[in-house]
Amino acid sequence: MTLVVGAFTMGLILSLLALGMFISFRVLRFCDITVDGSLALGAATTAVLLSAGVPPWAASLGGFAAGFLAGFTTGILHTFFKVQELLSGILVMTALYSVNLRVMGKSNVPLIDTPTLADLPEKLVKKLAGGDSVSIAGWPVPARDVAMLATVTLLVFATALLLQLFLKTNLGTTMRAAGENPQMIRAQGVDNRWMQVFGLAVSNALVGLSGAMLAQYQGFADVQMGIGMMVWGLASIIIGDALIGKNARGTGLLIVGAIMGTILFRLLIAIALRWGLNPNDLKLVTALFVFVALVVPTFAAKLGIRIFGGRRNA
Amino acid sequence: MLEIRNITKTFFPGTVNEVRALRGVTLTIEDGCFAAIIGTNGSGKSTLLNAVAGTFLPDEGSVFIDGTDITHWPEHKRARLVGRVFQNPFAGTAAEMTIAENIAIAMKRGKSRGVGQALSRSVRDEIADKVRALNMGLENRLDNPIGTLSGGQRQALTLLMATWVRPKLLLLDEHTAALDPKSAAQVAALTSEIIARDKLTVLMVTHSMQQAVQMPGRVVMMHAGNVVEDYAGERKKGLRIADLMRAFDRVRRRDLFDAAVANIVVPQYA
Ligand SMILES: Nc1ncnc2c1ncn2[C@@H]1O[C@H](COP(=O)(O)OP(=O)(O)OP(=O)(O)O)[C@@H](O)[C@H]1O
Ligand SMILES: [Mg+2]
Repeated sequence: MTLVVGAFTMGLILSLLALGMFISFRVLRFCDITVDGSLALGAATTAVLLSAGVPPWAASLGGFAAGFLAGFTTGILHTFFKVQELLSGILVMTALYSVNLRVMGKSNVPLIDTPTLADLPEKLVKKLAGGDSVSIAGWPVPARDVAMLATVTLLVFATALLLQLFLKTNLGTTMRAAGENPQMIRAQGVDNRWMQVFGLAVSNALVGLSGAMLAQYQGFADVQMGIGMMVWGLASIIIGDALIGKNARGTGLLIVGAIMGTILFRLLIAIALRWGLNPNDLKLVTALFVFVALVVPTFAAKLGIRIFGGRRNA
Repeated sequence: MLEIRNITKTFFPGTVNEVRALRGVTLTIEDGCFAAIIGTNGSGKSTLLNAVAGTFLPDEGSVFIDGTDITHWPEHKRARLVGRVFQNPFAGTAAEMTIAENIAIAMKRGKSRGVGQALSRSVRDEIADKVRALNMGLENRLDNPIGTLSGGQRQALTLLMATWVRPKLLLLDEHTAALDPKSAAQVAALTSEIIARDKLTVLMVTHSMQQAVQMPGRVVMMHAGNVVEDYAGERKKGLRIADLMRAFDRVRRRDLFDAAVANIVVPQYA
């Protein structure tokens, strides 16, 4: 049971990443690789802030803000300096590796006995359960894990709701249109470049927040922790699409799909590991999965997968 | 009022592919005037409209709207003053977004866009009213992706969007050319109606001489990057398709003559 709770918690934390990537990949149709760097940046920033005694909410917000800056930089490189989409992400991601080392001062910051966002809920859970563990379906689960699960559930729910509301605002609809048809949005009096910059910033801010929660959940931040995250996020979004079907319309369903996809993917991984999959092979397997989904068009068509959310005009 | 002063534009200058698309075009369009631009393929009609819309910076010359020099304004800034409908029915709308969302974006042209709800009750009602007035039955499909509509329907909506906030200048680049005859006629009628109602200043590129002659206002003929004819006032009133054909023939013969002269002259001096 602890395993399932763990997979769910991890899935929810990473669904913040998937929501961020939903903005760059689906809304802006921008293949953003900054993700690998901004996840670690969010984790590093939050870990350092927590170690310095900053309250958890502010430290998490710090991770969010750091991610925002990272995405902003990628956006500026691409729009105003005309660096290619992929390359601008690669440049920022690479630079972030050094930045992250600078932020942390070393390659790994352990979080021992530092407070986390789950502290308050933990007290609550303990009070309610009257002990250090909660019984779920007859299995004892540490109150700490339950509290963490509750915290990230709430966080993901709030983020998804805010995102959905945002995409329905004047600014949000404009951003969506800018991703699909930049020519149209210029003709409507909007500088599509700023839409891209802002969207990438918010996208990476969510990725940074995901890193912030990951650091608090795992109890450390590591300079390597972002490696391969973009492909993971992609796999989650692909699974999400398969879950909600190709006729799904509206941003709400797509958001829900991305979250469900991430959780399912984490569960699948937990099961695979249980069956004896070598953890070292995990990224290979993930990459293979995405490869198959990308390259085998008939396979993709059958599942109704749209990798980059359709065509981008002009 | 639109003033185009001595605009030149050369694509790929200094290469074998050099195209002198605009060679010093000067044109003034008065307020409330409708100007149809006709001309052979590649004569620079679209390039002229693009220069006004700000798709690129001209090599020389300037563009004024109501006395304001907008030559160096970026495209999106000009869009505050200029409404546009493209030839491609897919170019003016975001296919995966709904009809209502597309229109809501256009309702904010040239205004600031905040985090207010895009489709509030009142906005929806306003959209439904205007869409109903199109008589295309689209008011029941406001929440469908605009990509599910036909080219004609999309072009009608794009026209509605371009004129929702009254533009100081409306640019139409063969906006009916990609449509089947029936839809083209429908969109053309809608265009006339909106222009007359809002007394818009319009620059319209068309390949239909019929349309150019029928519409009120001016007919401007372009050839090889220049304005070669400009029918206005009394001259426009008596204008018939045959006159335009003759004008076309004239410029074409002049081209042939130029080429023939070159053939004779060049060897002599070579
Ligand atoms: N972006 C561009 N890059 C390079 N050449 C261009 C570009 N736009 C136009 N041209 C060239 O400039 C010339 C004028 O083109 P333009 O599109 O203005 O003609 P047009 O009068 O609109 O013709 P049509 O009736 O076919 O639409 C053509 O030779 C064209 O190839
Ligand atoms: Mg043209």
